[in-house]
Amino acid sequence: MTPDLDCLDLTRRFGDHTAVDHVNFSVAPGTFFSILGPSGCGKTTIMRMIAGFLEPSSGDIRIRGASVLDTPPNKRPVNMVFQHLALFPMMSIAENIGYGLRRRGMAKAEIARKVDEALERIGLPGIGNRKVTELSGGQKQRVAIARCMVLEPDVLLLDEPLGALDLKLREHMKVELKALQAAFDTTFVYITHDQSEALVMSDQIAVMNNGRFEQVGTGQDLYYRPETPFVAGFIGEANRWRGRVERTEGDELRLRTESGLEMRGAAHGRALQAGDRVEVFVRPESIRIAGDAAALAGFDNVLEGAVSNILFNGAASRALVTDDAGEEIEVTLPQSGEFSDLKRGDRVHVGWSGAQGNAFAVTA
Amino acid sequence: MSSANRIGFVLLLTPLVLWLGLLIIIPHIDMFLVSIRERVGRGVYETSAAQYLTFINEPLYIWTFVRTAVMSVLATALTLLIAFPVSYYIAKMARGRLQQVLFMLCLIPFYVSELVRTFGWMILLRETGLVSNLLQWAGLADQPVEMLYNDAAIMIGLVYTSMLFMVVPLVTTLESLDDSVVEAGYDLGGNGLSVLREIVIPHAMPGIVAGCIVVFMLSLGNYLTPTMLGGKDSLWFTEMIYNQFIVRFNWELGAAFGFMLLLLSSLIVWGVLKLTGRTLQETLG
Amino acid sequence: MTRTLLLTSTLLAGLATAGQADTLRLLTWGGYAPDDVVEMFEEQTGHTVEVTKSNNEEMIAKLRATGGGGFDLAQPSQDRIMGPQQEFGIYKPMDVSKLNKDLFIPSMLQATMKNTTVDGEVYGVPHVWGTSGLVMNTAEAGDVVKDYDDLCDPAVAGKVSYRLKRPTLIGFAFAMGEDPFAAYDDEEKYKEIMEKVEAKLIECKANVKTYWGGGDELMNLVRSGEVTAAMAWDTGGWKLNDDNSDITFVAPESGALGWIDTFVLPAKGQADDVAYAWINFVMQPEIAAKITAAAGNFTASAGADQYAEDSLKAKYQASFPQEAIDNIKWYPPVPAGLEAIEGSVLDRVQAAQ
Repeated sequence: MTPDLDCLDLTRRFGDHTAVDHVNFSVAPGTFFSILGPSGCGKTTIMRMIAGFLEPSSGDIRIRGASVLDTPPNKRPVNMVFQHLALFPMMSIAENIGYGLRRRGMAKAEIARKVDEALERIGLPGIGNRKVTELSGGQKQRVAIARCMVLEPDVLLLDEPLGALDLKLREHMKVELKALQAAFDTTFVYITHDQSEALVMSDQIAVMNNGRFEQVGTGQDLYYRPETPFVAGFIGEANRWRGRVERTEGDELRLRTESGLEMRGAAHGRALQAGDRVEVFVRPESIRIAGDAAALAGFDNVLEGAVSNILFNGAASRALVTDDAGEEIEVTLPQSGEFSDLKRGDRVHVGWSGAQGNAFAVTA
Repeated sequence: MSSANRIGFVLLLTPLVLWLGLLIIIPHIDMFLVSIRERVGRGVYETSAAQYLTFINEPLYIWTFVRTAVMSVLATALTLLIAFPVSYYIAKMARGRLQQVLFMLCLIPFYVSELVRTFGWMILLRETGLVSNLLQWAGLADQPVEMLYNDAAIMIGLVYTSMLFMVVPLVTTLESLDDSVVEAGYDLGGNGLSVLREIVIPHAMPGIVAGCIVVFMLSLGNYLTPTMLGGKDSLWFTEMIYNQFIVRFNWELGAAFGFMLLLLSSLIVWGVLKLTGRTLQETLG
Repeated sequence: MTRTLLLTSTLLAGLATAGQADTLRLLTWGGYAPDDVVEMFEEQTGHTVEVTKSNNEEMIAKLRATGGGGFDLAQPSQDRIMGPQQEFGIYKPMDVSKLNKDLFIPSMLQATMKNTTVDGEVYGVPHVWGTSGLVMNTAEAGDVVKDYDDLCDPAVAGKVSYRLKRPTLIGFAFAMGEDPFAAYDDEEKYKEIMEKVEAKLIECKANVKTYWGGGDELMNLVRSGEVTAAMAWDTGGWKLNDDNSDITFVAPESGALGWIDTFVLPAKGQADDVAYAWINFVMQPEIAAKITAAAGNFTASAGADQYAEDSLKAKYQASFPQEAIDNIKWYPPVPAGLEAIEGSVLDRVQAAQ
């Protein structure tokens, strides 16, 4: 099947700065595709090139197989939901949604029908005559999407549309956006710097850094099998150490960190030799905490230390454990309630399996 | 309200009341009283509508009145047409220093008096002036061209004088237009024209109305520019008022003219607000 | 605090009674009170002079607006005193005994006093006089334009200018063989003359480049050559003559129109003594000569001629041979009501297509 969107060797330079550096990706029809990266990584530049507001320096953009480089933004079969939504304040809701249809010269009655249908679809029937300012943040969000979706675009671009919403609403809209995407059955390309938005909604996520894609995959791929140290550090939380490989046993590694801690890690298929400088990432949630060492017998990395701090955050509560050598490790507390009375200064044991120690060669 | 508060309130209100009363209301009442009297003998006056009847029955006065109104509307429209792209460029396309410089350029002519500015145009447009010489030098004319002393010269002068008063409100409103709203207009299939018509102009409407009202009033009440740049047939209503008051010693008719002008400008402003569906409150606030 | 107030008020009272140094608020024409003359006067008398420049119509309008207040001495033309005084009462009678009559040219003083007498009281004395006639480039228009109505000759089409004001009406009337001054008291006759002038001016409209408004505007028009003949004041022609010897003032065949600007006391003037002092001061021949140099026109000061610049005298003599001087038509006082007739004529001329 032809992908809905293809970016081939897409590059954009601003003077000496390369904002987007030979990026390749394709998005299959009906996919929720996210581009995730820190601000300034070039994700907005990609989006603006797809929408047509920026010209690529080189490379090609194809929609349903046809290059759109020579197509002006108003003729491209893509539409965009802007960061601040950019609803037209001088028009009513119905006029906002009908705007694109009017531009296509559709008959008035037809437009009215489509607008009503769209309002029905986003669960806001009968608000057509209201003003933009009368809507709540979430309603505006839905109207902005409906305004694009009535045009039945091949690809819908969304530029951090949840950024302006408060936390509760944002959580709610994540679910709703996913549902809307399913309902409209359209390809969404979503850019965000918020990994939780990307992880929750996306079928495919591209992690972007410094103008390049670090890794493209499902949320699970990125979380469990990061391919680059940036992805390992960016997606989810991680304890990280720098050190050196002492010995390799197949995929298994024996490492010594710069602070002198010995641990086991895994290369996960990456070529690593004894003596290589590496960076090791261990997620707090893959570290087990226990009162006595016996409970951690199955783990090949075991440390003993004192709780130096508790970071209570409901379900995502963590403890900072400092071992006797002064190494600080972040550990997720299990939800069993077992450690609900843990306090600073308590002696604990922590352990994790070597396979959870994700090691990457340090190039620089 | 405590007495201290009350004193503060009175103090705050006094300048406003004085200004309104002494400079606006009382002079207007006085003018009105002058306009409804008629000289029946040496130093003897009677109340009558004679002045207004004179105005209505003299085709020259009516003609000048209408002419002034039409020319002012035209000058306002022209100013808007020229100022809009300029303002759009300043507000949306120019950045940083360029933006400031362009804005300053609009302001600089106002550093000198209107008289000097008008003389400047006379130097440019006259038969032996710069433009005429340039045209001859470029071979576009084989004899001196007179561009002064006609209605077009008045128009140029009025538009030039009014530009700033149109540019300022337009730049202010256009600057508040979010770039992404314009982009959304294109993204959803609009072209330059439809984005302008459906998004930019509706957004700029408060500025357009405010600018038009100010420019219209300035043009209607202008005296120097029409008298200096205009020609033999170029009558302007303010000139008539001046003539009645100063040259003919006919304060009564002059006052009646003044009131007709006040009525006309109020009517047209009211009409424009009605037409654009705005209130004076919205436009000024 | 109280002491300071007391002291201040005593001081003020002292000043007021002493009346030594007063301010003369003078409403006059440009050039009639040159800075050096004002300085000399202030030095000699200790008074100060505030000069406001204006023209006939604005002077009367200003005084009318205040009922004759705001100024201590004004200088309207002698024909604009009787009418406004009768109508608005903006002047006060002049005590001629306080003036040094020997300083004035007797005939001019007599004529002005006679023309400005209302109900037996004298209101004005003469100061500066001059004429209006034709300013032209003699090389280009000299052969065609001999009188006002020659401005309508096709040979000078598009190259002439005049004001749309009452002097133009009067000038054209004389050029057309009428005597409007004689008809001043006969409204019917005056109307008849004005109708003829109106017809002529409407017919002439196409010939006119523009109706000039201000003196500077006319000077520019003639200097640049855009206009070769115009109806204007004598001084304008003489000034342009300095730059281009072809341009000068020419007395028209039907006679130049003579005006005399006067001294009058506004009804609510507050410094009459200073005003008399000023008049006596500026009418001294040497001072009058300075004013002539600044304004370009001669004064009614007896004996000032010998101090006047030779070049100006030469220009004057060139423009005014004896018969032209004899032929000057001096404006008689304008009776109230004539402005209305003239006004509607001017309106119709302007409106004509």
